[in-house]
Amino acid sequence: MTKQERIDNLLRLSGTDVKKCMKCGKCSGRCPAFNEMDIKPHQFVSLLAQGKIEILLGSDAIWNCLSCMACVERCPRGVAPAAVVEAVRDTVVRAQGKNGLKAEDIPQIVDEFIPQQLLVSAYRKYNK
Amino acid sequence: MKICYYPGCTLKTKAKELDRTARLAAAALGVEMEEIENWQCCGAVYPMGTDEIATKLSAVRALDYAKHNGGKLLTLCSACHNVIKRTNEDMKSNADIAFRANNYLKLEETYAGETEVIHYLEMLKNEVGFDNIKKAVVNPLNRKIGAYYGCLLLRPSGIMAFDNPENPTIIEDFIRALGGTPVVYPFRNECCGAYVSLKNSELPKKKSEKILASAKEKGAEEVITACPLCLYNLQVNGGDILPVKYFTELLAEALGVKA
Repeated sequence: MTKQERIDNLLRLSGTDVKKCMKCGKCSGRCPAFNEMDIKPHQFVSLLAQGKIEILLGSDAIWNCLSCMACVERCPRGVAPAAVVEAVRDTVVRAQGKNGLKAEDIPQIVDEFIPQQLLVSAYRKYNK
Repeated sequence: MKICYYPGCTLKTKAKELDRTARLAAAALGVEMEEIENWQCCGAVYPMGTDEIATKLSAVRALDYAKHNGGKLLTLCSACHNVIKRTNEDMKSNADIAFRANNYLKLEETYAGETEVIHYLEMLKNEVGFDNIKKAVVNPLNRKIGAYYGCLLLRPSGIMAFDNPENPTIIEDFIRALGGTPVVYPFRNECCGAYVSLKNSELPKKKSEKILASAKEKGAEEVITACPLCLYNLQVNGGDILPVKYFTELLAEALGVKA
């Protein structure tokens, strides 16, 4: 796959117009996981617009985005940074052997109170 | 009044108390919750990838069932509500998703988002009315309660249209109707840490502690939520800062039907 095809796929998968971004930074300012993200929400939008997707695909931030939609809510330009993060995460975990959660690791982290909703959410987000 | 009800996976297992108290309270208020047939797990998170179809089908099945059985679908878990309502919006406004979902499901009549998705709190407010709930209260709560909204009921607000996403009031109005005193605190619509607890439990720990400490600082004696995942994070990852309950537990308590 060419680099351009990979860029086009991320643009298509995110379904948001990254070129509308006016770089105000409100998305990162509102992000509750900001301190845990190596690449910040506004950088996801900016780097995809510039086609610098290697940085995004190698980012750890995709595991810490909470999909809380706070960035989407605050964007004055109708851009959805969370959808860019999800497009990158989907692209990473859809590749062979790149799942973010291993089934064999689950028993050690599950306690008796964990709701099914949490297991299903994490599997949907981190695995394909 | 009879309404189709989608309970979801967690309400049949770890969050039985949310389901049980909601049914008892609804019955006391004259609402019959009719569980829909053969429902499947909604998937717990709305898939944002534009090519996702399979992960949306269970929501569409439930929506189509409700369309032919009264036209409304009642949800209770915040995550189910978020997934089903956003998927319904796709079926209304995204021709590509709607075509592919209909094509797969082979429905006799095309589903195009006709069902109205209603959260239990919206049902209390708009169908029953907080004034009528107030009249039905036999055990006024007489204590300070913090409403925890979290993310899923409020955002994205353009689709969820639940309340003001930055300054919501519906749960505070609900607490007032039950004779309690709502405590407004700054972190009530912040994320609890969600599913990241399975990947990096430090993040939900920090978030949940901050939320509960913020509610306690403003004088709350307990916090209520509509989401089993929020309840888990606040209770297990948030430590013992404040007790956390489902909002329906307080409703059933105030209506005198909890036992």
